[in-house]
Parts: sequence; C-alpha cells; structure tokens
Amino acid sequence: MSSATTEAGVGGIRRSRRRMLFEDERWLAMALLSPTILLLGLFIAYPFVTGVMLSLSNARVGVPGEFVGFANFARLWNDPIFAKAVGNTFIYTAVTTVFKLALGLWLAVLLNRHFRGKALVRAFILLPFIIPTVLSTFAWKWMFDPTFSVLNWTFRTLGLIDTRINWLGDPDLAMLSVMIVNIWRGVPFYAISLLAGLQTISPDLHEAAAIDGARPWSRFWHITWPLLLPVTMVVVLFSVIQTFADFQLVYVLTAGGPANATHLFATYAYQVAIGTGLLSEGAAISLAMFPVLFLVVIIQLLYIRRVETR
Amino acid sequence: MAQVLIQSLNKKFDEVHVVKDVNLEIRDKEFMVFVGPSGCGKTTTLRMIAGLESITSGQVMIGDTVVNTLPPMDRDIAMVFQNYALYPHMTVYDNMAFGLKMRKFAKDDIRRRVQDAADILDIRDYLHRKPRQLSGGQRQRVALGRAIVRHPRVFLFDEPLSNLDAKLRVQMRIELRKLHERLGTTAVYVTHDQVEAMTLGDRVVVMRDGRVQQVGEPLELYYQPANRFVAGFLGSPAMNFATVRIEADPGGGFVAANEGLRLTVPPRLTDRVGPYAGRELTLGIRPEDLHIADASDPPDLVFDAVVEVIERLGSEALLVMRVGKDAMVASVEPTVPARMRDRLRIAINPERLHAFDMETGAAV
Repeated sequence: MSSATTEAGVGGIRRSRRRMLFEDERWLAMALLSPTILLLGLFIAYPFVTGVMLSLSNARVGVPGEFVGFANFARLWNDPIFAKAVGNTFIYTAVTTVFKLALGLWLAVLLNRHFRGKALVRAFILLPFIIPTVLSTFAWKWMFDPTFSVLNWTFRTLGLIDTRINWLGDPDLAMLSVMIVNIWRGVPFYAISLLAGLQTISPDLHEAAAIDGARPWSRFWHITWPLLLPVTMVVVLFSVIQTFADFQLVYVLTAGGPANATHLFATYAYQVAIGTGLLSEGAAISLAMFPVLFLVVIIQLLYIRRVETR
Repeated sequence: MAQVLIQSLNKKFDEVHVVKDVNLEIRDKEFMVFVGPSGCGKTTTLRMIAGLESITSGQVMIGDTVVNTLPPMDRDIAMVFQNYALYPHMTVYDNMAFGLKMRKFAKDDIRRRVQDAADILDIRDYLHRKPRQLSGGQRQRVALGRAIVRHPRVFLFDEPLSNLDAKLRVQMRIELRKLHERLGTTAVYVTHDQVEAMTLGDRVVVMRDGRVQQVGEPLELYYQPANRFVAGFLGSPAMNFATVRIEADPGGGFVAANEGLRLTVPPRLTDRVGPYAGRELTLGIRPEDLHIADASDPPDLVFDAVVEVIERLGSEALLVMRVGKDAMVASVEPTVPARMRDRLRIAINPERLHAFDMETGAAV
C-alpha cells in the first residue's frame, strides 16, 4: 500500500520534471527547432560545405584529391569559356527578367479585370509553369529544329523568310531561343503572383483615384505600381535566383552549344564536373555564383524591408 | 454648387434589377440622405451619380449637364468612402493633394488649399503621417479633407461613419452637419442608420428593393410615413404594429379590434378607415405614443397588456409587452413602478395612431 503510494509519487515527480523542462522556453525552443536544424544541416549546410571543400581540392572522378587552395579559381580566372558563361548568365538573367516582369505584369493587370471565363483563362495561363520543364523544352526543341521547325514553316508560308532559320545552330539565335523559352516558362509565375498582389489592392483606391482625376495610366503609376512594389520585389528576387542558376532549359535545348555560346554557370559546371570528371573545378564554377546571388538577396531583402516599414 | 436631378434611373446587374425607376431632385446646397436596409439600391444609386457604375437606363444631371457617360473625374464631385480609401503609401498631405495634383493645380494653390482643409478638420499636426499611423476618426477626417480641398459641386458620402465606434460616430455626425453649414455644398449621403438619416438630412429618401418609398423632411417621414415600411424603418424602438378587424360601431364611427385590444377609431381617421369596415388592416403606434392609463384616459382607447421585459435606459424605460397575440413596446417614465409579468392598462395617443393597408402596406 505504502510502496504503491511511493511509486505514484516518484512517477509524479518525474512527470513534473519533464513538464518543467518543456516549460523552460529555451529547452522548448531547441526541441521545436531541432527537426528544422537537422534538415537544413543535412540538405543545405553539409552539401554546401562539401562543395566548398571540393572546390579547394583537385578531386576528379575516382580520385579523392588533396587541398590545393584557390588553384581552381585561379584557373577559372583565365578560362575564356568561363568568362563567356558568366557574361551569358548575366545577360540571360537581365533580359529575361525584364521581359518576364513586363509581360507578367501586363497579364496580371488584364486578368484582374472581370470577364467571362476568367477562372478558365487563369488556369490556362499557368500551363507553361506546371508542365515539367524538360518536357516543354523538348517541345520547343522541335519547334526550333531547322528541318521540322513549325516556326520556320509558318514564317515561310507567310512569305516572311525564304531560307530556313537555324535557330539553335547560330550562336546569337541560340541565345535568343533559350531566352524565349525561359520567358515563356517564367511569365505565368510572374502573372499569377502579381495577380495575387493586385487583388490585395482595394478597388476603392482606384475608384477614389478616378474621382480624384487620375486617368488610367496615372492610376497605375501612382496607385497600383507603388502598392504592388513589395510583391514585385519578392517575385523578382525568386525569379532572379532561379534564372541565374538555370540548368534544365539550356541543357535540353543546346547543352551549352553551339561552341559554348549558351553556357550558363550551371551548365558549364555540369559539363566540367560530370562531363569531364573534373569535380573540383565544377564545384569552383558553381561556387562562383554564390557571391553574386548572395549580393542580390541582400540588396533585395533590404529594399523589401525599407518598402514595408516606410 | 449644383442641383442633382435623377430621372427614371434604373440599374440592372445582369438580370438583377437593383435600382428601379428612381426619380429625385436634390436641390442646390441640400443635404440629402439615402437610407434603407442592405441591398436596397442606395449605394448603387450613389455610385451611378459618381460615375463608378454605369447607368442601365434613365438620366443623371449635375447642374445643367447630363453626366450619364462622363467619367467620374469630369463630374466635379468628391466622394468619401466607407473604409476611407486613403492611399496607404502617401502621407496625409499627399492624400489630400493628390486630386489637385492630378488636375494640375499650382503648387502654392495646393499647399494653401490643403492647409485650409487641415485647419477646418483639425488635422494639421498629422499632415506628414501615413494613414496607418492614424486612428479611425483621424482617417475619417483625412478622407473628408481629400473631398473638400477640391471645392467640388457635389459631395457623395457612402456610409462614411459606419466604421467608427458609437461615440465617435455621434461626434463626427455633428461635425459633418457643421461642415455642411459652413461649405454649403450639395451633399448626397448614404447610410443604413436611421438616426444618421434623421439628424443629418435636410431631406431623406427611404429606399427598399430598389424603389424609393418616400422622400421628405425627417419629421415629415416620422409623423406621416407613406407606408408601413417607412413607418417601421424610422424610429427606435420601432413602431408597434397590430392586425385588427374594422367593425362599424352601432353608436357611429368604427371600432378596431383583435384578441388583445378593442379601440375606437379616432374621428381623424374614420373617413379613411370606413371603406375597410368588415375587413382587416394594420394599426401602427409608436412606443412613445403609448402610456400607462390613468383615470383621464377614455376607456375606448385603453387595452390590457402583460409586461414581459423592462429595459430601463435612464432617460426612459421600455416596456416590452404582450397584447393578445402581438408584442408591443411602450416608452414610459424611467421610474415606472412596473415589474415583469405585471398586468397593466395601456392607453394610446389617438392623434398619433397610424393605419396601413394589409396588402399594399400603404398608409390609409
């Protein structure tokens, strides 16, 4: 009888000690954060650190390699293909972002109006975004094919051209083609995100501005654009990061060719590391993206915070 | 300064007919209030005057101009919205100056006008703040300021006080009235609050289901409602209604009776009630026109009632009573010694008795 009481008492103390541990917010915070920390550590921090180590070694496929300092980066500095890839990546990101933003905003404003079949059109707009990139890019590859190109056929039938255009075979046209596909694929993301942003702007503000004497363009410039800016910045931030590190699209369309004319950071890194087997150099190319992306993120986050707190 | 003339105005959203054949003359410098329950078409009418809603048929004139197809900016109006609709990214000053900038006013002129409006509305200290740094009442003032800086021909108000707490609403109501006295601009004001309608309006339009029920000065609507809806909508607590049967009195005149009461129809109403002899109609009597009977009340204007609830409001007491099958409310002296379940003798003021047709609801 008395021993039973004692056991119950001990159990009670144990339970209350555990409860105390949870009521101490430092312990609770650690307990709740640990799954996230574990996942981030395993899938973000560990690969990142490994990548850094790799880039400072001379590892190749089958060769663990040893520490060589910044030798890989020094080699990149003098690599004309790397220079070309860097230039390509910047141009590719800049041009496509401008077009995606402009077209996406235009579509968003159109879709924000009331018309019949609005829901259906909104769903259709998303198609390029939800089709797996590799699949849709293969479709584009056929459309750019010199012999079977539906584009060439159309232009020739319309009498606009008389020789076949070699879309992916000409260095400049290849870059243009890759950009077109990227814009085609990226516009829905902009359109839908900006549309969501537009819908948070009260229609009363447009009506008030209309009564205040603002014509449509003034209303857009003085009301819509400034109120949409925080959303726009977030969308552009995501998009720039993704475009800067783009891989699938270029890999499928041109694999960086012709003559390295369309290489981006990611495709060049892949070609060097996996294609050639120079793992350490590939890691160095990938890491070269890092400072740029880091800067983009910092600038835009600072800007977003400023917009939000003003 | 301008009058607003509305002729045979209709609005259909697809097949839904929300404003039906509205005719109205809003006089120059008049404060006209549209009142009615949700969905009665009052806001849609206002928005058609503003140009924010297209006109299905009919005509709106501001001053001498037909404005049907004019965009809002060319109608020389200003509007105050229910949720203020202040531009959140602009300071109070810029909010008020926006309309003037859009109309290319000179910088000095803009500054002077904004300062003047800020002085009138007592918001001079907030001119550099953003709307979200202001309280509800201050935002409301800014919205008013944005309307008055332009000196428009007509002010349009769309339930501007409904987002304020009760105390502030009373205060702003008084200020709005003062502002109107001071500026003398024609105003159209939409509300669902009958107290605002009664206190603010030079005249009041009561609407229901897209139709104008009655137009008139507040007390005119209160004392001579055109139909049962207007009678029940204006006044708080609402008018009491009882269905009665009209019988000819052998001694001359008529008697209105049901299970709970039996009243002699006052001579004032006999001519109009006469045709209803042998039929039913609806009697209406306001709570303040009922009182506890004493010896001086003629017995043919008195009935029995059982008190169900007493609400003592300080300035008055409301007796919620059962009279036969009907519930009735009487507004009496706050110190009335009645208690719940008391049986009381209640007398009516025959001068204020209303009668309505059972089918049409029109005043008899």
